Amino acid sequence: MKPNIRRRMLAASTIAAAGFVLAAGQASAQTATIAVGAPVTSLDPHYHQLSPNNAVSDTIFDRLVNVDDRSRETPGLATEWRAAEPTVWEFKLRPNVRFQNGNAFTAEDVAFTIARLPNVPNSPSSYAAYARPITRIEIVDPLTIRFHTAEPYPLLPLDMTNVRIIDKEVSENATTEDFNSLRAAIGTGPYRAVAHRNGDRIEFERFDGYWGERAPFQRVNYRMITNDAARTAALLAGDVDLIDQVPTSDLTNLRRNNSVHLSETLGLRLVFLGLDHLRQANENSPLITDNDGKPLGRNPLQDVRVRRALSMAIDRRAIVERVMEGAAVPANQFLPEGVFGYVADLPAPTYDPNGAKQLLAEAGYPNGFRIQLNGPNDRYINDSRIIQAVGQMWTRIGVRTAVEAQPWTTFVGRAGRQDFSAFLIGWGSNPDGSHPLRNILATVNRDRGWGASNRGRYSNPQVDALLLQSLSELDNAKREREVVDGMRIAMTDVGVIPLHIQTNIWAVRRGFEHTARRDELTRAQDLRPAAR
Amino acid sequence: MTVYLVRRLIQALFVVLAMSLIVFVGVYAIGDPVEILISPDADQIERERAIVALGLDLPLWQQYLVFLTNAVQGDLGRSFVFNEPALRLILQRMPATLELAFGATFLALVIGLPLGLYAGLRPNASASKTIMAGSILGFSLPTFWVGLMMIMVFAVQLGWLPSTGRGTTCSVLGFIGLQPCSSGVQWSFLTIDGLSHMVMPAVNLALFKISLVIRLTRAGVRETMLMDYVKFARAKGLSPARVTFVHVFKNIMIPVVTVVGLELGSTIAFSVVTESVFAWPGMGKLIIDSINVLDRPVIVAYLMIIVMMFITINLVVDLTYSLLDPRVRLENKGT
Repeated sequence: MKPNIRRRMLAASTIAAAGFVLAAGQASAQTATIAVGAPVTSLDPHYHQLSPNNAVSDTIFDRLVNVDDRSRETPGLATEWRAAEPTVWEFKLRPNVRFQNGNAFTAEDVAFTIARLPNVPNSPSSYAAYARPITRIEIVDPLTIRFHTAEPYPLLPLDMTNVRIIDKEVSENATTEDFNSLRAAIGTGPYRAVAHRNGDRIEFERFDGYWGERAPFQRVNYRMITNDAARTAALLAGDVDLIDQVPTSDLTNLRRNNSVHLSETLGLRLVFLGLDHLRQANENSPLITDNDGKPLGRNPLQDVRVRRALSMAIDRRAIVERVMEGAAVPANQFLPEGVFGYVADLPAPTYDPNGAKQLLAEAGYPNGFRIQLNGPNDRYINDSRIIQAVGQMWTRIGVRTAVEAQPWTTFVGRAGRQDFSAFLIGWGSNPDGSHPLRNILATVNRDRGWGASNRGRYSNPQVDALLLQSLSELDNAKREREVVDGMRIAMTDVGVIPLHIQTNIWAVRRGFEHTARRDELTRAQDLRPAAR
Repeated sequence: MTVYLVRRLIQALFVVLAMSLIVFVGVYAIGDPVEILISPDADQIERERAIVALGLDLPLWQQYLVFLTNAVQGDLGRSFVFNEPALRLILQRMPATLELAFGATFLALVIGLPLGLYAGLRPNASASKTIMAGSILGFSLPTFWVGLMMIMVFAVQLGWLPSTGRGTTCSVLGFIGLQPCSSGVQWSFLTIDGLSHMVMPAVNLALFKISLVIRLTRAGVRETMLMDYVKFARAKGLSPARVTFVHVFKNIMIPVVTVVGLELGSTIAFSVVTESVFAWPGMGKLIIDSINVLDRPVIVAYLMIIVMMFITINLVVDLTYSLLDPRVRLENKGT
């Protein structure tokens, strides 16, 4: 108990001292300032699953399995891992790792972290799902830990890329507020948090005892500027050195500006159209009528020819170039090339309005029908303008489209109640094809936890069977083949209509360099001074 | 006087109660907070857990009863998003908003009153016409546009002022040297850096108010100058300064005080636009973020505080009337 208190006091006094330095208004070349567009809601790494929170957690804490900028799994706090038996995963932990308070990192901390995941009170979106497959945790020695599962579970390393490890000693009985007040916000990461003002800013200081590459800056200020124009202006004024979520309308100007450059990479977020698969072929879909506005008596979206026609009618290149200002790539599936589960042999999306008309006629709709296309207007980049463009393209092949955009807060509830016939939505994937397959394309099944975001209620037994196989397949090559086969079937069947994968864009001031990440996280450790 | 105050307090309670009910039902009608807050890949079991964790599994009337029971004990609920007491979150942000609102009101009075007085006393001078034309601009230009233009000119082009944020802050006790600056309630106006961060947002907020005060003052002066008592004072041979500042000025203050009071209230409550353009971490930014994610406890607590504040400001305005004009009697006035 005693050393614990002393350590706490030490931590508290360093934090206070850091506050002093800050108040003196000290700034130097050793300092970098980052402005992000989405507010961080907590420093508790297990309280709220949200990209901005994960980005900050990544700076303070570490995970057993890291994900690099290309979304490949790399060793983190674990140096290697393997399935020791079909139902046992063994992780070898990195030796000589210390927490920012000096405590040594051991298997006890990992076991404690996993046990805490389901027990964070009031969490609006917890990390409990990553602990659920684990039936028993076995600490073999201080640097070896085994996770026992009820069934073979190949996704466990991927799950571990979402879990940040905390210090058992400091965090026992710690509440979310203790993390926010920095008392418990102590990890093994490259920077430690020294000041935190909720929804406004976090201040980091280099952790000199970090096990990995030494952080390049003594201090990093991490500010939240939610207004797009203000964020860009702060960069242009030189008040901040890096911004994320660059608005597409500013791209042209920023490209021309000599004092900033863009840091970009293709992301993992697909923007797509969901379709009503819930209503059977002989039922009415809620927002589809015939050309006179009368009920159609059937759901045309149950016919794969109609779905294919709607997909062929969309000029994705035009949307990407005009609406997205080039900040996206036309897509035929959920993931970009190079990610686990990418289907290489899917044909590129084609724009063929005449072929689309023909398909519609074959399906029995030579004069088309009327449909309403819904979407959010404040969620994805240029979302409401995308559905307007799609609406015009559909109308051109005879499917007269009314477009309705609304705020995400009301949109998402209605989409979840299957109020729509066709709707725009996005999906940011984990770097594994089974992730979108399981959440968007699998038949809704509460017990398996499948199809939780399958708002169109697509269902295909072949896809389900392949997914089920893959979820117990420990051989990664075999598993990828199953995932790829499942995805190919769902995409050929046009379960959803993929539009484009977004490009993640950061803008960086001259004198700095930034590593763009596929997973959209804006992390302090990805910024460094430019090499001279 | 006491009867008057008690009656006002009881009225206030009813307004607050009605307000909380309206917000409760309103947020419920907009959508489901869990849908907004939960990670998209959360499965059904996790969604059910979150609904229970946030207390949204109960019927709406029960949720409201729980809220009322806690509210009576001073607990306005915990933010769904931050997992901290809603009241504390709001109070943390309050100093930032207060200093901005008072700064803007201060500017409005210091700039608006003299200019309005001048324009009223010399209605035909070309300077007066310029002032009045300028005040039309102050009324009609949208706040967010002016804010962005100010950032583009003074921060990006000229580099004189910082673009956004609150800058270095200090507490009052820290300012006079009794404790470190970083402990206690933080204020920007106590440091040079903080003041330079405050200039643009305060001016941006003040523009509309300055115009309003100019117009009110000018109209009042023009009207009062023709009154018999002013003519009499001048005929008596009083100096122009005494006539202006004692006989005229005091009499035009009632409408000005009313409007400035209400404006102060709405600035504190709804300076959302300025706060988000300048990334000023005040309550306005908190409420707009909370509305976007349907963080009901914060929305309800915020609006309850705002209602209380408006009621208080109205009360203070009424009391000021009676000070400015002895003919005003509080007991006879309505709400």
